Amino acid sequence: MTTIHVHNRINTLFAEKKSPILSVYCTAGFPHLEDTVPVLEALQDSGVDMVEIGMPFSDPIADGQIIQESSTQALLSGMTTELLFAQLGNVRSRVQMPLVLMGYVNPVLQYGIERFAASCAEVGIDGVILPDLPMEVFVKEWQPIFQRYNLHHILLVTPQTSDARIAMLDEVSSGFLYAVSSAGTTGGALSMDDARTTYFERLQRLRREKKIANHIMIGFGIHDKASFDAACEYADGAIIGSAFVKALSGTSPEQIQSKVQGFISGLR
Amino acid sequence: MTTPSLTTASTHYGVSESGYYGDFGGAFVPEMLYPNVEHLRSVYLDIIGESSFQAEFAALLRDYVGRPTPLYFAQRLSDFYKTRIYLKREDLNHTGAHKINNTLGQILLAKRLGKKRIIAETGAGQHGVATATVCALMGLECVVYMGAVDIERQKPNVERMKLLGASVVAAKSGSQTLKDATNEAMRDWITNPDNTHYIIGSVVGPHPYPDMVARFQSVISEEIMRQLEEKEGRTYPDYVLACVGGGSNAVGAFYHFLDDARVRLVALEAAGKGVDSGFSAATTALGKPGVLHGSRTFLMQTPDGQVVEPFSISAGLDYPGIGPIHAHLFSAGRAEFHAVTDDEAMQAGKFLARTEGIIPALETAHALAYLEKLGAKPDEIVVVNLSGRGDKDLQTYIGGVQERPH
Repeated sequence: MTTIHVHNRINTLFAEKKSPILSVYCTAGFPHLEDTVPVLEALQDSGVDMVEIGMPFSDPIADGQIIQESSTQALLSGMTTELLFAQLGNVRSRVQMPLVLMGYVNPVLQYGIERFAASCAEVGIDGVILPDLPMEVFVKEWQPIFQRYNLHHILLVTPQTSDARIAMLDEVSSGFLYAVSSAGTTGGALSMDDARTTYFERLQRLRREKKIANHIMIGFGIHDKASFDAACEYADGAIIGSAFVKALSGTSPEQIQSKVQGFISGLR
Repeated sequence: MTTPSLTTASTHYGVSESGYYGDFGGAFVPEMLYPNVEHLRSVYLDIIGESSFQAEFAALLRDYVGRPTPLYFAQRLSDFYKTRIYLKREDLNHTGAHKINNTLGQILLAKRLGKKRIIAETGAGQHGVATATVCALMGLECVVYMGAVDIERQKPNVERMKLLGASVVAAKSGSQTLKDATNEAMRDWITNPDNTHYIIGSVVGPHPYPDMVARFQSVISEEIMRQLEEKEGRTYPDYVLACVGGGSNAVGAFYHFLDDARVRLVALEAAGKGVDSGFSAATTALGKPGVLHGSRTFLMQTPDGQVVEPFSISAGLDYPGIGPIHAHLFSAGRAEFHAVTDDEAMQAGKFLARTEGIIPALETAHALAYLEKLGAKPDEIVVVNLSGRGDKDLQTYIGGVQERPH
């Protein structure tokens, strides 16, 4: 686990809250371009512990149809990395929970790695998830910059990841370790079969044996209360993405607060 | 009979141990794909270096594909352009293009990896047909992803794939063309990591794909060397011309000349309606470095880093990036890149049909169109890689622009 010092809200969250942690993914600029911050506020008011803000990309290969379509819609509305940081400019006067940016490597490269890290620090982003940025490249070219800006970089592990590589990924990852529930893109449905149980128990064992130092959050396929509860049996918490994005689809700006409240209360 | 030198690599322009060509390449894949890509990386050189692999590959190239393909001296074309033009007849391969050199190599690799299921992406359908063909040959399940728009405009190839036993799945996201078909194939591989091998059709994708595909296509330049020696008493031409979408036929034609400074390597990109028209696929002219489909390369993109939809009359060149080796050859100045418009390509294709009795694929026609501007001297030798035949483009040819007056 890479140590990020100073006050990082992700560290504080895991230090202070032991019960299952609920993290929710939302697409920036979705369902409408100006909805980014209102959605964050509604999520906080609903008692969500952490949010991953999806930075839309034209070719999101790790995502399923729902997140891809929300990304396309956001891009058509005019969402950009620049605009997202502008929207988040005052977010910390209103939102206190940890905020993580999740996206793909190319838009960040075009924005500039150092400039991106600086913008994250400026608006109060606590961590970043870039699924198509290989660990090896991150360590060489990105890590020193992220550390300078007190920014967590959260890595993924999957059922196909070997124990040895999990240990390596855990060493580099900080904030938490993102456990992808099963082979597949986002938007599937978690099925708690034998393979799932074996994988989750493997992660638990590695954590017990201190081969995983990070907290573990499970994502991909977590879509309702049952799958959230099932995942939380084995981890510190779980992440809901596509199901939430789908629920928001077609919601008018006026309905966002109630829609989000309704969705989140269904998980408790 | 040919014995492809699968184990030869360029000292200056080959891939590095870490999977890079200069600043380009790498393996930018999500962790879900890491085990597959890493396993492939760790075994591919050993497998294709095995004598049993090479023997099987060479025998199938000869008996099934029909190699070596002729290096044909085009007399009337040479007279017209006042130089010595040879056509490397990849259009005479089984399935009608160079694509099968790669799919055959990869299916033999997939079998040795114990994979039971093959997936592929395709634009015009040429790579899809070549993949469906080798899957039928080896009795493996085959799923081809193809943009919904391309399925509409390339119906005969869709029917060919189905006849060969493949399932054709429509990619309905984004622009519904080659880029989106590639996204869908990668998603399939993420979902089926254990039993499936992904046969990428060009020198794109994460390392080791660009190098692997380049080696399987290198048989083209190996034969050119030997055939030129027979015909001209020298093993190298003065120029090699090839079209570039992802760039697999160009790499194949360039491969054994990469370190030979006597050979000018000329890559022709699709300008579409014109480089500055907003309807173009001229990646080196319009792109800048970025990451797509697993590698860092030149990429057509917005200032925000969103991938821009390319445009070309030829579906095979309709791709917003180029293989990382081409990005390196371009940056290092080893190959020259020029853009050819739809109209120029169409005219050149029709001209070859009338002059030599060969109807080329519209992709290939981009390379032929540059002969006029090349400025080769009468005693110089020009090799054009005739990467595919034009039957699939008949409708476009018939409905297209007027032919050149002369």
